[in-house]
Amino acid sequence: MISVKPLLLLCAVFSTASCMGAAQATVRVEPANLQGPRALEKQTAAAAIRDYLQSWQSLSAALEQNRADLLNADFVGTAKEKLTDTIKEQKSFGIHTRYVDRAHDLQIVFYSPEGLSIELIDEVKYDVEVLHKNKLTTRQHMSARYVVVLTPAEVRWRVRVFQAVPE
Amino acid sequence: MNSRLWLLISGLALATLQQVAFAQGMSMTLPKAIEAGSSFAIQSHGSGNATLYIVCPEQVLKRDMQLGETAVFAAGSLTSAGHYLVVLTSSTAATNGTLDVTPGKAPAELSFLAEPSRLPVDLKSGITGAVYVFDAYRNLIVTPATISFELASPGGSMQKHLVVTKDGAGWTGMDSTALQGTDTFVARIGQVSTTRVIAQVPGDPCGLKMTARQVGQRLQLVTAPVRDCRGNAVPDGTIVTFTESYHGIQSTVDVPLKRGIAEVQMPVESGATISVASGVVLGNQIGWTK
Repeated sequence: MISVKPLLLLCAVFSTASCMGAAQATVRVEPANLQGPRALEKQTAAAAIRDYLQSWQSLSAALEQNRADLLNADFVGTAKEKLTDTIKEQKSFGIHTRYVDRAHDLQIVFYSPEGLSIELIDEVKYDVEVLHKNKLTTRQHMSARYVVVLTPAEVRWRVRVFQAVPE
Repeated sequence: MNSRLWLLISGLALATLQQVAFAQGMSMTLPKAIEAGSSFAIQSHGSGNATLYIVCPEQVLKRDMQLGETAVFAAGSLTSAGHYLVVLTSSTAATNGTLDVTPGKAPAELSFLAEPSRLPVDLKSGITGAVYVFDAYRNLIVTPATISFELASPGGSMQKHLVVTKDGAGWTGMDSTALQGTDTFVARIGQVSTTRVIAQVPGDPCGLKMTARQVGQRLQLVTAPVRDCRGNAVPDGTIVTFTESYHGIQSTVDVPLKRGIAEVQMPVESGATISVASGVVLGNQIGWTK
């Protein structure tokens, strides 16, 4: 379980940089509320959260530049396929989107018994801009509850499921 | 029921499920939530040309339309669950709304992780299984669902656990049984199932015992058939170690099991003590005198 002290540390460490400006997303990590028999080490939790937050930067860059290759480091499986499809659709429609995460409220909810997946819930606040032929169509502030499943790769955790669910 | 009353109730129900977004000279009426893959419609109001965008990291749709028209999206148009931003723009104005696409209710796929693929017999909670439940569009179904985990052992016994998923995930632990062989581990929900195969191998040797007899100037040492505590034959190739100690000297020979037994010849030394072991399991000890 993540106690209060490490929680503060995590908040400091996990401030994520915005790709559009100096603003950084605030990050709050709730104590893990795990189902499953496997104990979650602090280092494991910290690494999974760090890699998940990094994935927002990749997602943002990939959807803004319509470049699926920018997803490779942080996404795998279904999440990567769906985001790649989105980029294809954006290209075909002549649009691109700019996502900037503003705040994350995270909680790890499942660590599978064999250690091969971590599930977390993220109450995320973000800004989204839709640009059509480089002309801004809209800019909106959004909030969503994301369910995320991460699986370990060679040296990092990668996002395998990335899905907003009704709050 | 009175048909007018029915129409009124239907209208009220519809109003709670829909939302209206306004901007100068234009507006749209859209559903608050739909199920992934289902058909839906967005009614626009106003006049002139407009473009409708439905945007989310997981999927994007765009449609040119005339204000006043209803944009009808056929089943299968919007398949990725997510929280979508819906934007209707014209040359002079734009209006926004949101649309939640929820995962389908019917499970179509189970992602099933079973560990380990091979383990000794008779281990309590030695086998674990974890599942994630997906719909036909590979959306994680986060509403609680009951998973049946079934482990069938070679002897015909069956362990069955019912587990309710939370946030799309569920897990269980199972015991390996007394018989070596191949277990079938199934995770099932409705008509959807995924199977994994688990090999149960014999445990450590149990009651390791050898006998000795003199053959010329050598001592012939032979184990009884080596079995685990449940009577399963320990596999050939398992190393058995014979140790002979005499006058402060120690000789050790490692022998692989062959046809279930291990045998070796060692020098005959009066007063020698001979012991047998396999891994951390000690067998009997023999004191040899001429």
